[in-house]
Amino acid sequence: MIPELIALGELERDALTEIVNIGVSRAASSLRKMVGHEVHLSVPSIEVVSQRRAARLIGERELDGLVAIRQDFSGAFSGRALLIFPEANSLELVRAVTGDTLTAAEVLDMEHEALAETGNVILNSCLATMANMLKRSLTMTIPEVLRGNGATLFEIDDTGKSDGLVLFLYIDFAIRQRDIRGYIAMLMDLPALAILRELLEEFIARVIGDDER
Amino acid sequence: MSVKVLIVDDSKLARIVAAKALAELQPGWSKVEAGSATQAHDLLAGESVDIALIDFNMPEKDGLELAGELRAQFPVMPIAIITANIQDEVIARARGIGATFVPKPVTAEGLQGFISGAALRLRSGS
Repeated sequence: MIPELIALGELERDALTEIVNIGVSRAASSLRKMVGHEVHLSVPSIEVVSQRRAARLIGERELDGLVAIRQDFSGAFSGRALLIFPEANSLELVRAVTGDTLTAAEVLDMEHEALAETGNVILNSCLATMANMLKRSLTMTIPEVLRGNGATLFEIDDTGKSDGLVLFLYIDFAIRQRDIRGYIAMLMDLPALAILRELLEEFIARVIGDDER
Repeated sequence: MSVKVLIVDDSKLARIVAAKALAELQPGWSKVEAGSATQAHDLLAGESVDIALIDFNMPEKDGLELAGELRAQFPVMPIAIITANIQDEVIARARGIGATFVPKPVTAEGLQGFISGAALRLRSGS
């Protein structure tokens, strides 16, 4: 059951999807410049789910290990943004962003740094667009590279304590020429969601005016 | 001359925003809305439109695919693709089908160039 306070209305959901979509489209344009190939994006999906369910949504599709670049954000509302892809794609992504000029040893050497940098560009681009459109500033932590599966990336432990409801946003992306695919995911807890809802209301009022609803 | 604009976007909010920008520029023009490529085709089977404003990132069929189909059907119709996705390949595909790029979020300012050009083309064509 989702408490009524945080259930998003049709226009609020539309507004959030739009904002995320614009953020991710801009991020994809940045990634396009880094890898030199088109980055295909899916339409964003937005759900309020348990943390466990969010982990399962990723875990169901990806049986092998995952790599994620994680940045937490805080400000008017706070949450966590993740760029996730199969571990098997990790070196290919590094090769793509470094332009195939490195030896295999150099690629391995650079992997961590290149992943952190790529994640930083993409996640910052999304979050900065969201912050600008909602007219609130967000601060972001330094990107962290994590390895694991859906459960470890979403920090689910066995005690069941961390199984709160979260707003789970995700978008698939793919660089077909490089056989790279992944997800951009964002998690926000309920207090953040309640604030986000108010900011979405303000955003809607700004873009369409109060008179037309 | 009465001009009818087709707005295609899966987001209701985005359609409202586009319609508002359009009304600011051309208050006399009318609009019809579709929430998907399929809806757009259904609508066009029953009525004709002069201009199309199409969102790029939509489920099922994306806006460039729809624009390509409309281009085949209506060789001279002014068509704009609305997107924040400014990747070279996306721009090249839009150019290839003779569609204009309009940045998202849509504002009257961002839409102005396309609308003025379209108005001119429609006047000279009629």
